[in-house]
Amino acid sequence: MEFDLSEEHRLLQATVREFAAREIEPQAAALDREHRYPAEIIQQAARLGLMAMMVPEPYGGAGMDALAYVIAQEELARASAGVQVIISVNNSLVCDPILAFGTEEQKRRYLPRLADGRSLGCYCLTEPEAGSDAMALTTRAERRGGEWVLNGRKLFVTNGLEADICIVYARTEPVPGARGISAFIVEKAFPGISVGKVERKLGIRCSSTAEILLDDCRVPEENLLGERGQGGRIALATLDGGRTGIAAQAVGIARAALEACVAYARERRQFGRPIGEFQAIQWALADMATRIDAARLLTYRAAWLRDRGQPYTREASTAKLVAAETATWATARAVRLFGGYGYIEDYPVERYFRDAQITEIYEGTSEIQRLVISRQVLGSK
Amino acid sequence: MEIVVCIKQVPDTEAPIRIRPDGSGIDETGVNLVMNYYDEHATEAALQLRERFGGTVTLVSVGPERAREALRQGLAMGADEAVLVSDPRLSAADHLQVARVLAAVIAPRRPDLVICGKLSTDDNAAIVGPALAALLDLPQATAVSRLEVAEDATHALVHRELEGAVEVLELPLPALLTVERNLNEPRYPSLPGIMKAKRKEIPVLTLEAAGVDPETLGAPGAVLERLAPPPARPPGQRVDGQDPDAAVEAIVRYLAETAKVL
Repeated sequence: MEFDLSEEHRLLQATVREFAAREIEPQAAALDREHRYPAEIIQQAARLGLMAMMVPEPYGGAGMDALAYVIAQEELARASAGVQVIISVNNSLVCDPILAFGTEEQKRRYLPRLADGRSLGCYCLTEPEAGSDAMALTTRAERRGGEWVLNGRKLFVTNGLEADICIVYARTEPVPGARGISAFIVEKAFPGISVGKVERKLGIRCSSTAEILLDDCRVPEENLLGERGQGGRIALATLDGGRTGIAAQAVGIARAALEACVAYARERRQFGRPIGEFQAIQWALADMATRIDAARLLTYRAAWLRDRGQPYTREASTAKLVAAETATWATARAVRLFGGYGYIEDYPVERYFRDAQITEIYEGTSEIQRLVISRQVLGSK
Repeated sequence: MEIVVCIKQVPDTEAPIRIRPDGSGIDETGVNLVMNYYDEHATEAALQLRERFGGTVTLVSVGPERAREALRQGLAMGADEAVLVSDPRLSAADHLQVARVLAAVIAPRRPDLVICGKLSTDDNAAIVGPALAALLDLPQATAVSRLEVAEDATHALVHRELEGAVEVLELPLPALLTVERNLNEPRYPSLPGIMKAKRKEIPVLTLEAAGVDPETLGAPGAVLERLAPPPARPPGQRVDGQDPDAAVEAIVRYLAETAKVL
C-alpha cells in the first residue's frame, strides 16, 4: 500500500490548486450571487485540459487516470463547487460514457470538441416521476424511417442551459425497468429538443440546472450510444465514475470550510484570546479534519480501484456517502463556528453550506448510496 | 533559437520556515518545495521566444535529487528538455561554484540566450546569473522587465528596472538575461503537458558526467556555518491615548530623542 502521490499527481494538484486560487476563487462569490455561468473560466479550464481529463490524447483529452481526476475535482470544488460541477459533468457524465460505450466515429466526432471547450455536455436521466427510481423513466424513443424520434421531459439537467451535447436516456423497448432503456447522443441542434424551465437553486448557482424538452426530437440512427437496451447499464456504470467526482467535490467543499475555520479560529478573539484556544473549537476542527481525511481516502480508493480496472460500485457509493455527509456536517459546523459572520454573505462559509447540500442529493441521494451499499453487503441484487 | 533556462527549487514563500536545531539548514518537513517564482517567468520568456523563433528550450538545475520536480514543472509548461546536476560534493556549494557547474553544462550547448530569474526567493543573493554570464563570457542584462528580440535574432532591447528609473539597453546575442516578475505572466502547465513531461527523461548528472573537474570548483568562497532565525522583536511601546495632547507630545518626543528620526 502506497499513500504518496506520484510526481505527476503532485504537479497536477499544485497546478489546479493555483489555477483555482487565481482564476476561480476571486470570482466565486460573485458568480454565486449573480447565478452567472463562468464562460471564461470554462474556456481557460478547457485550455488547461480539465474538460476531458481521462480522455486519451488522440481524442483531444489529457489522458490522465481516475486518481488525477478526483485530485483535480477536489481542488476545483475548494474554490467553487458550482464551477467544479460544470467541469465534472462534462468529464464524468458525458465524456466517460462516450469513451466507454461510443463507436469510433462517435468518439472522433464528439470527444475533441468536449475536450477543447467548443462544446459542453449534459446528462439527461432524471424525469419528474423518475428521480431515485431512475429506471422508471418514461421518455420514449421510437424508430421512424431510419432515425430515432424522442419524446419526453427531462428534469434537473446540470449544464442543461449551456450544453450543446446531451446524453439522453429513453425507453426503446416495451419492457419496464432498466432493460428497456437506451442511451443517445443528442445535439441541441437536432430538431425537437429545447430548454424548458431553468431552476433557481439553493447552491451551486453558477451552474445551470434546466429542464430539457424532447418533442418529436429526431436523432440520427448512428447517435444511439452503445447497444439498444443497454442504456440502464450505461447509466449505472457512468454514475459510478460520477459519484467518485461528487465525492471529490464534497471533500473540496468540506476542506474549504475547514480552511476558513482554521484561519478564523486563529484571528477571531473572544474572552481575551483567539477562539482557537478554546477546546470546543479545537475539537470541532479536529472532527472536521478527521472526517475530511477519511472521505478523501475513500475517494482515492474508489479512483484507485477504477484505475486498476476493478469493480468499484460499492466503493464509489461509500466515498460519496461519507464525503457528502462530511460536507453537509462540516459546513453547518463552520457556520456556527463563525457565529453571526457565518450567516452573512460577506464570508464564504454560508456559500459552502448551501453548496454542500446538493452533494447529498444528486447522482444518488445518501439514501440511495445506502441502498447500493446494503445490497452489496447483503449479497442481494 | 537555442535557449537555456536556469532553474532552482526553493521552499514556497508562504511556507513556515523552521531552522534545524543544529543550524545546518532549513527543516524541510511539511515545507512545500516549488520552482523559484522568478524562474517561472524565465521559462515563460524562453517559451515565448521559441514560439516565435523555433528552436529548443533546455532547463538546467543544480541541486538535490528532489529538484527534478521543479524541472518537471518546467517541462510541463512546455520546455523541451531538462538536465539536473546533483552531486553530494555540491551540498556546501556557494553561488560561484553553482555558477561554475552551470557554465560547464551550458557552454557546450552554445545557446543563443541564457535566461535566469533575477534572484531566487530562498537566499535572495542574485549572484548566480551575473557570475554565470562572466564565466560564459556573455554580455548580460539583469532585472529585465521588458524584452524585445530583433527579427533577425542578432540583438535584443531590454528594460531594466532600477530604483526610480528604467534603463534601456541593447545587447547583442548570444547573451544572458536575469528577469523580473513583471516581464510576463507564466502559463500554467497544461494537463497534457504534465503527461508529456512525465514521459521525458531528466538525466541526473554527477560532476564528472556534467563535465566538471571537481578540482576546478575550488573551495567555497563562503561557507555556511549556521542558520539562525532573526531575533524576536522587542515589544512596542504603548502610549496612553486618554489625553490626546499628551499622547502626541510623548510620540514626538520619542521620535526626536529615542528614535532620532525627527
